[in-house]
Amino acid sequence: MSSRKINWYKYASPAAFYPLAGKLIPWFAVPAAILFLVGLYVGFFIAPVDAQQGDAYRIMFIHVPAAWMGMFLYVLLAFYAGIGWAFNARLSSMMASSIAVTGAIFTFISLVTGSLWGKPTWGTWWVWDARLTSTLILLFLYVGFISLQAAIDDTRRADRAGALLAVVGVINVPIIYFSVQWWNTLHQGATIRLLGKPSIRGSMVAAMLIILAACWLYSIAVILMRLRCIIREREHNVAAVAG
Amino acid sequence: MGGYAFYVWGSYLVALIVMGGEVWLLLRRKSLVRRNENVSSSDSN
Repeated sequence: MSSRKINWYKYASPAAFYPLAGKLIPWFAVPAAILFLVGLYVGFFIAPVDAQQGDAYRIMFIHVPAAWMGMFLYVLLAFYAGIGWAFNARLSSMMASSIAVTGAIFTFISLVTGSLWGKPTWGTWWVWDARLTSTLILLFLYVGFISLQAAIDDTRRADRAGALLAVVGVINVPIIYFSVQWWNTLHQGATIRLLGKPSIRGSMVAAMLIILAACWLYSIAVILMRLRCIIREREHNVAAVAG
Repeated sequence: MGGYAFYVWGSYLVALIVMGGEVWLLLRRKSLVRRNENVSSSDSN
């Protein structure tokens, strides 16, 4: 076994993390593109037509991963914002800022695709049920976080104000997840559970999980790309190192 | 698509536009940051 040890703590410094992020981006971006293509192929050519919803259910292959990503990324945003606030860790605050836009994009996609699924299935674009309303609040929380940070010139103060909003707002995530159990909603319950058998065909689950993996890899790649921009904008010494 | 083509393709088109737009804006931001750094370094010389 190699006795060489990597000092991971040094990567808490934005200047040290900047080149590492640059090296990591293609390792996430390329597999993301491949997995998107594979997931779409499985979803459109292998997964059968649904007996009840027909082909309209194929919207789920993008809607469900986007909705999960919107929630996961908010928890991640709150975590990094909280760490940045508690320990005055600059890179964590920058990471939170970087996550916000991608999280907002996935939440927006989940709302729009949900609406496009709702029209042929429910007969309406939108209903004010608990799941839809709490997801809309999640989008507002993302937009609020981004707007708040943009409105304050002093970046350290902006990070602290954003962190407060992010940490308080994280309560909305379990509300979204359990809303279909706590309230009588039009939105259906979970079809894929962590424990227990899914209520849909294996090829349908496979397409959904492959696209979810692609969304994760895509998110990591774009978050790292944005983080590099933020580091260069905030830390002027990095530009000299990066060249 | 069994009469659901607008809804199905519409969903994937929205996702493609938004996610592709995010990547495009990021590449634009990256080149803008570099340009600003070049301008500020030439100003200080």
